[in-house]
Amino acid sequence: MSVYIIRRLLQAVLVVAAMSVLVFAGVFMIGDPADILISDDADQAERQRLIESLGLDLPVHMQYLRFLAKALQGDLGTSFVFNEPALLLILDRMPATLELAFSALLLAVVFGIPLGMWAGLKPDSLASKSIMAGSILGFSLPTFWVGIMIIMIFAVMLGWLPSGGRGTTRELFGIDVSFLTVDGLLHLVLPAVNLALLKISLAVRLTRAGTREVIHQDYVKFARAKGLHPRRIVLVHVLKNILIPVITVLGLEFGSLIAFSVVTETVFAWPGMGKLIIDSINQLDRPVVVAYLMITVCMFIVINLIVDLLYSLLDPRVRLQDVKG
Amino acid sequence: MTATADVKELKGVAAEAPLAVKDQTPFRRFLSDFAESKVAVAGFFGFLIIVLIAILAPWISPTNPYDLATVDILDSRLPPGESMMTGTVAWLGTDGLGRDMVSAMFYGLRISLGVGAASGLVALCIGVCVGLASAYFGGRVDTVIMRIVDLQLSFPAILIALVLLATLGKGVDKIIIALIVVQWAYYARTVRGSALVERSKEYVEAAMCLGLSHNRVVFRHLLPNVMPPLIVVGTVQVAHAIALEATLSFLGIGLPVTEPSLGLLISNGFEYMMSGKYWISIFPGVALLVTIVSINLVGDRLRDVLNPRLAR
Repeated sequence: MSVYIIRRLLQAVLVVAAMSVLVFAGVFMIGDPADILISDDADQAERQRLIESLGLDLPVHMQYLRFLAKALQGDLGTSFVFNEPALLLILDRMPATLELAFSALLLAVVFGIPLGMWAGLKPDSLASKSIMAGSILGFSLPTFWVGIMIIMIFAVMLGWLPSGGRGTTRELFGIDVSFLTVDGLLHLVLPAVNLALLKISLAVRLTRAGTREVIHQDYVKFARAKGLHPRRIVLVHVLKNILIPVITVLGLEFGSLIAFSVVTETVFAWPGMGKLIIDSINQLDRPVVVAYLMITVCMFIVINLIVDLLYSLLDPRVRLQDVKG
Repeated sequence: MTATADVKELKGVAAEAPLAVKDQTPFRRFLSDFAESKVAVAGFFGFLIIVLIAILAPWISPTNPYDLATVDILDSRLPPGESMMTGTVAWLGTDGLGRDMVSAMFYGLRISLGVGAASGLVALCIGVCVGLASAYFGGRVDTVIMRIVDLQLSFPAILIALVLLATLGKGVDKIIIALIVVQWAYYARTVRGSALVERSKEYVEAAMCLGLSHNRVVFRHLLPNVMPPLIVVGTVQVAHAIALEATLSFLGIGLPVTEPSLGLLISNGFEYMMSGKYWISIFPGVALLVTIVSINLVGDRLRDVLNPRLAR
């Protein structure tokens, strides 16, 4: 176990290092970094002074080490647009993204599992076939397209729900959240549904497959023979056994929710870090882009590691020692 | 004929080929299997029409949407069915710059499909070579390659594309590179999986015993036999690539404005949608949807037909 964790950590460090080289090369090597990092208003003397202070006159490997040393101290540069440290700017936007991602995950569990069970228990009914057809659509439609359609129908044509923004927020443990106010909740509905759609489809398919497998097991037949109420069989005997793999996979998908929130946040003008990165790329705000990429990749590595470890705890059949490091 | 064919024929006789299909060529059998699903056939013809439109766009478009001499700003945002200043009827309306939507979509399809196909093809070649090498040589080569593949697949495609485009910048070449990087791992994993199974079969052993070169064994004996799963993954991946390109262009980090794909057209229309001018965004959206769904329908059917486990 500990050998496995050490191996995984080493691998994680390697990935972060590779990422930092890629990002460094992308931002500081392509084109003249002086043009990107120094504003056009600076005169020649000012420019020279900045080049020296930014270390752009040093050899490449020295520049990289400098970048790395600063990054390790949490200094990923200062945003040109907001004139704030890039790291703080992103941490500031992170709660909005996490709120959206968690809401979407909740929707996937609340809708995906019951629908999937229904489709698994009554595979030939019309409702099940519609559910499965819906899940295929959910997989193949691009998120941004669905988002536009949702806005078109519910915000423009019906006028039921707001089309963008976060609405009124309330402070919870020092963080602004939307789900505590009615207005905020209304703003949260459409983006959360949009982001959740892919994961609902996934949950439906996993649950359906799991249900169909479990339903033929001996212990379910035995429960039936014992004369238990069908509701009890489904809710206790079947549900309990399909829940673990479904929840694990959905947990694994949490990272991809954060990645896909880039799309949903742009469509719904949700002020999270996904919208920030797109705005920053378009405004050539390089330090923010660098900070976002580094933070997201680190987040992913941590999520993947946690999920792998949790998986081994939840399912004793998975032995980490056997996994080739 | 090659040794493969001979060996296969021998194997076929030994396994007693099903009697009913003896007079059919494999391709005929494949076609009739495929045609059993009406939805898949509809998907295939839908896709065929889309491809034809994309290829013939410059000749069948009512107007040339990028010829500045004929585009008139006075025509901008006309609803569907109105006539433009030149007298041409804009059946699906015009966009914010006065371009006919039908023509813009035809040209957009051309770019979307072109980018999807080009990136898919290169990724396929890279993935096939890497996957075959991994399965054929095994050992350390295999371990290293599969580690990289696993690692890449643990990140969502959109994040990898975002990293690349944020560092490389906009452009057709850049987005094709990004899509190649995103896709090759899927192909590599698929090819390796089925090549490992094929590699342990007798005909490969026989070919190796004959002293054939590595190249010949890999490309003439292994490759043809790993094609079926590859075709399935390939179709699905092209649909993914088109959707991903549309998403990235919609976000404004994919193709430049001079190269408007469907995603960019949708993005352009998005700002007008709030004021009820739905057609600028909706029609390219429908075109994108039809493209993706018809490719997926074909892919789904191919998976059923080509999967030996489901063969009747």
